Amino acid sequence: MQFVFLLEQVVNGLVLGGYYLLIALGLSLIFSVGGVVNLAHGAFYALGAYAAVTVSKYTGFVPAVVISPFIVACLGILFERFILRRFYREDPILGLLVTFGLAMVAEQAIRMAWGSAPLIFNLPQSFRGSIILGDFLFSRFRLMLLAVVAVMLCGLWLLLNKSAFGRVVRAGVQQPDMVAVLGIRLQPYMTAVVMLGVGLAALGGALFAPITVVHPAMGSDILIVAFVVVVIGGLGSLPGVILAAMLVGIVRGVTIHFSPAAGEASIYILMFLVLLVRPRGLLGEPIEKFEK
Amino acid sequence: MKNHGTRLADLTGLMNRRSALKLGAGVAASAAIGFPYVARAQSDVIRIGHLTPMTGFLGVLGKYAVQGIQMAAEEINAAGGVNGRKIEVKSEDSINPENATTKAQRMLERDGVDFLMGEISSASALAISQVATRNKRLFMALGPRSDVLRSASCSKYMFCTDIPNTVMVNAVGSALKRDGMVEGKKFFTLTADYVFGHDLLTAAKAFFAKNNATLLGDELIATDVTDFSPFLLKVRQAKPDVVCLNLAGNQVTNFVKQYAEFDLPYPTVGFNLNTADAWAAGVGNLSGTWPTVWYDTLDTPASKAFVKAFTAKYNRIPENHAWIEYIALKIMAQAMTETKSAETPALIKYLESGAEFDILKARKAYFRSWDHQLIQEAYPFSVKPASQAKDVHDMIVLGQVVPSPSESMEVIFPTKEQNACKL
Repeated sequence: MQFVFLLEQVVNGLVLGGYYLLIALGLSLIFSVGGVVNLAHGAFYALGAYAAVTVSKYTGFVPAVVISPFIVACLGILFERFILRRFYREDPILGLLVTFGLAMVAEQAIRMAWGSAPLIFNLPQSFRGSIILGDFLFSRFRLMLLAVVAVMLCGLWLLLNKSAFGRVVRAGVQQPDMVAVLGIRLQPYMTAVVMLGVGLAALGGALFAPITVVHPAMGSDILIVAFVVVVIGGLGSLPGVILAAMLVGIVRGVTIHFSPAAGEASIYILMFLVLLVRPRGLLGEPIEKFEK
Repeated sequence: MKNHGTRLADLTGLMNRRSALKLGAGVAASAAIGFPYVARAQSDVIRIGHLTPMTGFLGVLGKYAVQGIQMAAEEINAAGGVNGRKIEVKSEDSINPENATTKAQRMLERDGVDFLMGEISSASALAISQVATRNKRLFMALGPRSDVLRSASCSKYMFCTDIPNTVMVNAVGSALKRDGMVEGKKFFTLTADYVFGHDLLTAAKAFFAKNNATLLGDELIATDVTDFSPFLLKVRQAKPDVVCLNLAGNQVTNFVKQYAEFDLPYPTVGFNLNTADAWAAGVGNLSGTWPTVWYDTLDTPASKAFVKAFTAKYNRIPENHAWIEYIALKIMAQAMTETKSAETPALIKYLESGAEFDILKARKAYFRSWDHQLIQEAYPFSVKPASQAKDVHDMIVLGQVVPSPSESMEVIFPTKEQNACKL
């Protein structure tokens, strides 16, 4: 029975990993394409949650979850056009600082717009409850969430690997100067990638709003985990991020099974160990502009 | 034009000479008096250092705390202040125990505050209490609930206004026993992993042992946990009769929302809840029986007047931390008026004297001299079914006051034997 309990935690960890993935994917995308560690990523996650709460008052739950990522993605255009764009070729520390500042501005802006008290956002009755498969208990809502993540992941993979758009983006990651020599302006692609990344974070926020506290600082809570996932997975590697997200979810679940108090610390220990063995992360590739 | 230029130059020269003179005089004065800032400060305003968490897992509660104490300060100042002196409450984010220590030290040693108030986190309160004790200055711990602050870690310089964990357990325990939810039942507890949670767990275990309940498992949960799914799996694996929560701040809201998401069949009870966390959980998520120190529907004229004034000022209903900070500053104002002093020794003597304070409840409150605990009434509350609640504020039903009006208020508080405090 003990083994079944453990296995249940592993499976639950995989589901949780799917959710981490949603946030980490965007962070990784923006980092590999723009070379900026977007510390404001958590703010877009929070904005996604707040937008979903606000929109749901007019449309109901499901449309709100669909619409709010698009609203936040539009903010992503402004973010890329007026802020991020200036830092692609600068010292990485500058991008780090400006997005860190933006994260604080965004958190205070949320406080001013929606107040500091948490917002109420309930999961509709029809999404509640759990499904028991064999000996395993799943939350119905999280299974749906996992399906959404799977769809997003397939879409993203197709976009990056099977489309002209993806070819330019991938080339831009490795050889931005060569792409420019070929007469392709990378900037619209950058904007699109940032929109995509920010939209994914917002989708994560909208999906998790009904089951966590919607409060102004929610973004900084999730950013750290997303960052850990990206670092473990390795920069510029989509499979790396996927692998790392699942691993982080599982390690946390298994640790909680044996030693609940160590659950949150376990993911940092995992990061520590991975970096000791593989400083570039699990599947990180050398990227020219970071190899100095 | 030329003329004008000359005059301007003259004027500038004059200003420079004046500034230099002023500067020289200032330096001389400081050297002569030593601490001119503090000396002047004590004559016209009473400065109170107010530390409370405004960010992190208790941040939501801290915002209410700041609003409550500032509203009390404004009311006191509007009525002429204390002994003709205005009150100035300087609120800062205490963040965590390390930060709280540094800020408390700075407030006492450099900012020249007369005494310290505030806190919600028991761990930070413990840290501030140590600074206050070293400096022999009063610290009013307003929101922390750990029993340890009133027992092993009590201090001559610290007074506690909120009800301690033992009272929370006793308040809700009486309601649970009435509903037959304790005797012979199997419990599973989830506990916040810091001094407050550990302390509450100890009180809960004592309650279970006394009432023939068994504890199937107890899990410690880090304060920054947002995903409870692994813990919910463990609850289901243990199959308890009742799930008991000793959580704090955002943990409560996160747990309650995810418990509703998984829709597990076991009833929940909690030994700690701040009403802001209950409101954030939303109608239809929260269930069970919980304790509280105060709620906005409390039916006394003074409490209703406070709720009305607070709501008018801040456009939201006060939560229990807004209330406790409000009444605590009023208590201090009374103490300072009666003693005609803001000096720690005089204030301690007054607070220990058994003086009674109006805290907007049916019965007046007073501090016990041997553990510095504010003795007051408490309440259990239950949650209306989703279909009956109009909104989140309507979902909470305040139960009968504990102890009942005929009993001594001290019966729900730890006794001298239980409490190791030696002042």
